[in-house]
Amino acid sequence: MWPNKFDYVRAGSVDEALSSITDDGKFLAGGHSLLPVMKLRLDAPEQLVDIGRIPELQGISANGGLTIGAGATHDAIATSADVQAMCGALASACGQVGDQGVRNFGTLGGNIAHADPASDPPTVLVAVGASVNIQGAGGSRSVGAGDFFVDLFETALDDGELITSVSVPDLSDHQSAYVKFPHPASRYAIVGVCVALKMNDDGSCDHAHVAVGGATVKAVRCSSAEAALAGTTVDDAAVNAAAEAVKSDISEWLAGDIAYPESYRQQMAGVFLKRAVAVAQG
Amino acid sequence: MTTRIFGSGIKRREDPRLITGEARYTDDIKLPGVLHMAVVRSPYAHANIVSIDSSAAEAMDGVVAVYTSDDIGDGLAGLPTAWLIPDSDLKTPEHPALAKGKVRYVGDGVAIVLADDRYRAQDAADAVVVDYEELPAVIDPEEAAGEGAPLIHDDVEGNIAFRWVMGDREASDAVFDAADVVVSERILQQRLLPTAMEPRAAMAQYNPATQELTLWCTSQNPHIHRFIISAVTGLNENKVRVIAPEVGGGFGSKIPCYPDEALVSWASIKLGVPVKWTETRSENYLITIHGRDHVQHVEMAASNDGTLLGVRATVYAGMGGYLSTAAPGIPTILHGLLYVGPYTMGSVFCESIGVMTNGTPTDAYRGAGRPEATFLLERMVDNVARKIGMDPVEVRRKNLIPAFEDGYEVATTLIYDSGDYPAAFEKALDMAGYGDFRRQQKSAEADGRYLGIGVTAYTEMCGLGPSQVAGAVGFQGGLWESATVRVTPTGKVQALIGASPHGQGSETTLAQIIAEELGFPVDDIEVIHGDTTETPMGWGTYGSRTTPVTGAALAQASRKLKDKARVLAAHLMEANVDDIEYADGSFSVKGSPDQAQSIQEVALMAHLAWNMPEGMDPGFEESQFYDPPNFVYPFGTHIAIVEVDAETGVIDLQRYIAVDDCGPQINPEIVAGQIHGGVVQGAAQALCEGAIYSDDGQLLTGSMMDYCMPKADMFPNFELGETVTPSPHHPVGVKGVGETGTIASTPTVYNAVLDALAPLGVTQIDMPLTSAKVWSAIQSARA
Amino acid sequence: MQVAITVNGVVHERDVDPRTLLVHFLREELDLTGTKIGCDTSQCGACTVHLDGKVLKSCTLLAVQADGAEVTTIEGLAENGEHHPMQTAFWENHGLQCGYCTPGMIMASAAFVRDNPGASEGEIRHYLEGNICRCTGYHNIVKAVKQVADAAAGA
Repeated sequence: MWPNKFDYVRAGSVDEALSSITDDGKFLAGGHSLLPVMKLRLDAPEQLVDIGRIPELQGISANGGLTIGAGATHDAIATSADVQAMCGALASACGQVGDQGVRNFGTLGGNIAHADPASDPPTVLVAVGASVNIQGAGGSRSVGAGDFFVDLFETALDDGELITSVSVPDLSDHQSAYVKFPHPASRYAIVGVCVALKMNDDGSCDHAHVAVGGATVKAVRCSSAEAALAGTTVDDAAVNAAAEAVKSDISEWLAGDIAYPESYRQQMAGVFLKRAVAVAQG
Repeated sequence: MTTRIFGSGIKRREDPRLITGEARYTDDIKLPGVLHMAVVRSPYAHANIVSIDSSAAEAMDGVVAVYTSDDIGDGLAGLPTAWLIPDSDLKTPEHPALAKGKVRYVGDGVAIVLADDRYRAQDAADAVVVDYEELPAVIDPEEAAGEGAPLIHDDVEGNIAFRWVMGDREASDAVFDAADVVVSERILQQRLLPTAMEPRAAMAQYNPATQELTLWCTSQNPHIHRFIISAVTGLNENKVRVIAPEVGGGFGSKIPCYPDEALVSWASIKLGVPVKWTETRSENYLITIHGRDHVQHVEMAASNDGTLLGVRATVYAGMGGYLSTAAPGIPTILHGLLYVGPYTMGSVFCESIGVMTNGTPTDAYRGAGRPEATFLLERMVDNVARKIGMDPVEVRRKNLIPAFEDGYEVATTLIYDSGDYPAAFEKALDMAGYGDFRRQQKSAEADGRYLGIGVTAYTEMCGLGPSQVAGAVGFQGGLWESATVRVTPTGKVQALIGASPHGQGSETTLAQIIAEELGFPVDDIEVIHGDTTETPMGWGTYGSRTTPVTGAALAQASRKLKDKARVLAAHLMEANVDDIEYADGSFSVKGSPDQAQSIQEVALMAHLAWNMPEGMDPGFEESQFYDPPNFVYPFGTHIAIVEVDAETGVIDLQRYIAVDDCGPQINPEIVAGQIHGGVVQGAAQALCEGAIYSDDGQLLTGSMMDYCMPKADMFPNFELGETVTPSPHHPVGVKGVGETGTIASTPTVYNAVLDALAPLGVTQIDMPLTSAKVWSAIQSARA
Repeated sequence: MQVAITVNGVVHERDVDPRTLLVHFLREELDLTGTKIGCDTSQCGACTVHLDGKVLKSCTLLAVQADGAEVTTIEGLAENGEHHPMQTAFWENHGLQCGYCTPGMIMASAAFVRDNPGASEGEIRHYLEGNICRCTGYHNIVKAVKQVADAAAGA
């Protein structure tokens, strides 16, 4: 299939992009989330503003935390030494998006603006408390990832607003992992679990970050699972408790499809939480 | 003596054009002034068409015309069903190229748009406004055959298109009543989407001056397409030229003649310009035939000692909204006749009910009826084994037909040509290390790991088939093939065949047959196919028939040429024909090795005709029509080893062993490739593929996002073995191998998974065995 | 909109409708029909090309996005009339049957082995999740790619 007709504007700067966008327009970055939807004619914006060449949106910088340009590709993030050092789970998640062709051109900004609940990066961003930096005609603002993802394919972005970058805290002193149970057809997540553990010198867990995606309409931070791990030595009993807790954490947000129903995905969230903890602990 | 070309795994001659992107498939062919056709398709599974408003579409840029069935009128006859099963009370409801008043499945064509570019054609198709009155829909074939189901065609009462019975019901009942053990299961053979990687496409060019129509299309059988296009358009058959250029896989889905091929033809005739249509994958999943779709109620009778006594089944076969070209033959002739498989079982009974539903029409999909039979048989053998507490391998071993070389009649009335089932069976078990595996399985279970093994012994009927049989079972065509071997004056060979390979490597294997018979270097032989004007009549490539049937025609045509060459060589060397010896493309006189004539020299002299023996015609070309005396029956044993992760239900296919016997292998690499691909296709039915509809008839697996195509990381490397049992009735002894992998692998993988789950108490799961279903079955069994 | 795209070393300037997908630009505008279309959902990989040296599914990019870029298609993979080693390996190992997935499969595999010489069979199988073949059961494709990967590691 192929897209509907639209007007095309190539923006050279964020300001130009913001001044060009119309009410029925959309921003086009890598296009690897938007174009598939347009090809199936499930979405038909009348205007595309191409932000793929805006220098301000490129690049990954590390300075007490990561600032990842919205235009950074999944592959660039997955292979970035800074990202691997400060947030290994994010590098891992970006390395599991789609296939190599998708990762080469799909961008983090486009991915999170699309807000597919079964995509991988949002789960990590929500788990680690990243924030999404947004610019609009009225100025810029920053929204925590947990608030950014509102519902199925729904974000906190207002019309005409553009994601410029994502800030990710430095978790180089955490043990983190993102583990995915891929849907065999689409390779999106049936469930994806991100775990980041801050361990104390005495072997106890200072605190834990846990989020689940795929099984839910949006990536969900799992506070009771985090509580079940904090203060423990992350032994089997604690992990089993967290695995139970995670199922209740996501219970009001469950999503599924005809082949992999909600109930199954909910149970698998528990299983994959355990596997994610094991991977994080290496 | 050089290495024999027959039996050598040489590289394929097809490949240079394919690995460089130079091959031209239908959509790759461009004609100036072409119009693109887009089809307005029903979004409802069952609805009356109240009105169609095309005014907005007609006004759009680049749009030349919009047509509905009213515009076509009697310009196109309905698409025929070409397999009319006798004694089955068959109804063949009208299948118009565009719906008349009513749509019967999602994707049913309602109108066509012709525009100067494909994007604009689709824009305009989206702008055609159709008002529908939605009707209740039914998808499940058993439900569609039941009381109160919505009626899909007024002239198909109860939605039952045919009811075919094989065997004697009372005799079967007697066997079952007297048996020690009867096992039963309701088996769902889910709908599958054939998914040839090349979607379908068609381009028609009508020349008003000559009244000739050329149709390029994705066809497995261009001569059948010519036949049907001629019939539906009313053009004389000799004015229709059908060309199947490079074709990107078929798996049965490019056998039927669809509305789209008829519509581009009609539009080109109407407008006098070329018209092209190329399917999108989304369209492909909605409108190109689906496979399988059986609900089977199956029983098997056995003795306590493991002797298999009989099998019987009632099959509800979903036909979809219309009866596709060969559809009625699939769940009947190609299905029931396989019910004894490789076993000595004496009693068979099948009642197969073809049911109209609001799904996409079904038809032949790789294996076509035989996988559905082999699955039920192998499933029931495992059930018998479990019930009587015997190793399923022992049950099979006990019941295999002993080796035979020339004919073995079974209870379904088929006469199997040749076989040594025990040899293939034991070889596969050796390769798998069956005994060792059972020990590993036990120790793994103690560690909470669930390993399983599935073993399938099979035979199948292919190389379709004798034309007399085709006629007797209502197939509206012959099943012979023809071929011409034409040698040019410089000694190069053109072999023209009526069959139409589309990925099988037949250009290579068939050239190897000719090289073997005549001694021409294989690189000097071109095999030409796919164009009804260039090639002799043929019935097409399907049913694993091209090597067995076309290959036989070529071998016999080659032998005629060789006979001629021998006489001419004798004449040229002034020797007695009886004194002529032949080796490696050279004719020599016994006792005078210096005197020789190469096949190329003989060919030249035959063309020059300066010095011919009395009564011999000039030229060096022979044709052969070959009608096989029987089917061929390849056979073998497949074994799968799996591990199931009980925590998630995920299946890991760890090993796959296939021992197949297709007679002498002309090109072992090509044979292996057919088995590899077939195994994955069949295993994927067990593991992941399945079309799913909503209750109102919407296809929920409408793209590869939801329909799970098998991927490289789901499979191990395959372990292949072979035995060689020639077919006694075939000129070079070969049997077909295009479908064996698909036929054998589904039950093999399924039974392996159920074997792994046996300690957990799971006895049945509907295919495909998704992790969610496996996990649920484990939970239910534990509860 | 005016674009200039270098394809197989030749600059092509065209005025395109902005919605034109790169794959249609290649196939329809340039008649480079070796690049195929096998799905609507960026999954089958039949349309795989290299854009500025990186693997791309050309059905998932607008031609206008490729303005100024260098594209290599299957028609441009051979050098000096010699098959690329991946083309040779597919031929030698019977890594194709109907050939429709083959251009994309070869383009994807060529880039993979360039970036991952010595890749294992498991890595190859995992990488190929973005390219679907219906004919071969992948066995001989994996064998072909492994042959080139092994050779690349040895070089």
